[in-house]
Amino acid sequence: MSTTPHVPAAHALTDVTGSDASLRRFLHGLPGVDAVGLEARAAALGTRSIKTTSKAYALDLAISMVDLTTLEGADTPGKVRALGAKAVHPDPTDRTTPATAAVCVYPDMVAVAKEAVAGSGVKVASVATAFPAGRASMAVKIADVREAVAAGADEVDMVIDRGAFLSGRYLKVFEEITAVKDACGDSARLKVIFETGELSTYDNIRRASYLAMLAGADFIKTSTGKVAVNATPANTLLMLQAVRDFRDRTGVQIGVKPAGGIRTAKDAVKFLVLVGETAGTDWLDPHWFRFGASSLLNDLLMQRQKLATGRYSGPDYVTVD
Amino acid sequence: MSERLSVFKTYKLYVGGKFPRSESGRVYEVTGSKDQDWLANAPLSSRKDARDAVVAARKAFGGWSGATAYNRGQVLYRVAEMLEGRRSQFTREVADAEGLSKAKAAALVDLTVDRWVWYAGWTDKIAQVLGGANPVAGPFFNLSTPEPTGVVAVLAPQESSLLGLVSVLAPVVATGNTAVVVASERSPLPALSLGEVLATSDVPGGVVNVLSGRTAEIAPTLASHMDVNAVDLTGAGAGTALATELEVAAADNLKRVLRPRTGEDFAATPGTERLTAFLETKTVWHTTGSLGASGSSY
Repeated sequence: MSTTPHVPAAHALTDVTGSDASLRRFLHGLPGVDAVGLEARAAALGTRSIKTTSKAYALDLAISMVDLTTLEGADTPGKVRALGAKAVHPDPTDRTTPATAAVCVYPDMVAVAKEAVAGSGVKVASVATAFPAGRASMAVKIADVREAVAAGADEVDMVIDRGAFLSGRYLKVFEEITAVKDACGDSARLKVIFETGELSTYDNIRRASYLAMLAGADFIKTSTGKVAVNATPANTLLMLQAVRDFRDRTGVQIGVKPAGGIRTAKDAVKFLVLVGETAGTDWLDPHWFRFGASSLLNDLLMQRQKLATGRYSGPDYVTVD
Repeated sequence: MSERLSVFKTYKLYVGGKFPRSESGRVYEVTGSKDQDWLANAPLSSRKDARDAVVAARKAFGGWSGATAYNRGQVLYRVAEMLEGRRSQFTREVADAEGLSKAKAAALVDLTVDRWVWYAGWTDKIAQVLGGANPVAGPFFNLSTPEPTGVVAVLAPQESSLLGLVSVLAPVVATGNTAVVVASERSPLPALSLGEVLATSDVPGGVVNVLSGRTAEIAPTLASHMDVNAVDLTGAGAGTALATELEVAAADNLKRVLRPRTGEDFAATPGTERLTAFLETKTVWHTTGSLGASGSSY
């Protein structure tokens, strides 16, 4: 079973961010994570069999939650336009297919992406703050964010300074998040990327989750997709517990976005089970849960075609991106 | 001294270079042809096993079709070498499966090894036979070359458990296709053992995938699969309702279909018909360069 960490009541959270010392006391006072229990729980929830109408619902929901991502050095405006078209109509042969939640691009491609999805309801997310390393001065990071927002980004995906976090300078990380949140203003939702693959322990992931939520993140996101270990069921489960408990204590709902390494429809459905069973069905909505992925969408579409026609589909019947 | 306990072999599928059990966990009993004695349990593949096999075959297609014809020939010759080393095992399996005497089964195994060698030799010669330079009225080279079709689903013949299997499988892979082969329903053991031979030769995983089970259960999934490019319906039997059903299912994505033939004699020299069945001829134009005053740039 999952363990519900004991978290101090809401009124107690207001003064934990006052100083580096009180923040550290709070974060280190969070209950330790039972790694074996966490992984067993995530694995157990992954064994559930989702079939027929439930599967159809899950596939459509998963498609509508995809942040269709292209974060390559070789990105071109043409590629971003193609991605935008795909986000709006993922399967041109079947117009009942829902649109994806967003496209996720580098800041210099935001304007192109914005134009490509104009009028469709598909959001444009931009990574910022010297993604993926986050190794730049604060001024550069803020400028990066402002540029993305000015170009029309609806969502900003920032990376935390893992160096500062791992060396225990929590207040620095906290202040960076609040500064980026300010730069986003009211027009953009902020997703905070932890790069869980670099945080070493589950305890650190729990601490990072609370740190980001206290600092005003709208979403917490596992990873950049640029390192060896990305989203796993276990670290996503841990973050889902964190947002659930945070809402219980403060009334503030925060979204979760696993990113990187989720490639098959089967995996995506497993994550949806985690969401439903851990955070609750309130989070089963593109506004509160996203998949950061690129190749996942094709597999979701192929499974959707299989369900509709009864024939197995193949990569010849979805776009190559 | 107590009598030695027999060690039974667990026959498994061969998919993507690995030896999985059926994802369904099912098996069925395989009995000898003559005395109906129990021989072994074979995996009873499900449609999901078929799907996984197609994914493996698709993944292997790029590498196998892109390998040089000479290299493919060497790899297939290696299969013959490995098979030769297991003659006694295959002789026993074929004798049990088809109810033959040791001597007759041994002759079939020899023929099977020779069949591999024969097809191995064809890999780098078929292009010269089927392709060519076409004369055109202009300063162009116009070249036709045969290219592999893609992933081919092969229903192996029901009666000839090893020679028949190799006779339909070898031409498919010799020409650069990758294969998902459904073994003879009654006698799948030689086919499953052939998987072990392929795994220990230099054939890349996924180029050949061997499934055992009910042909009528697995074949419709393969025939309607949008990522399968061709089907060889030999194992469905000529003139059967199943063959017709599969042909209809295969029409959805315009698969190439090789219809089952009546009374096919696998012991006879095969000819190139099965080699050409799963090749597509592609024609390319290429400029010869500018023409000089004499009408030629050379």
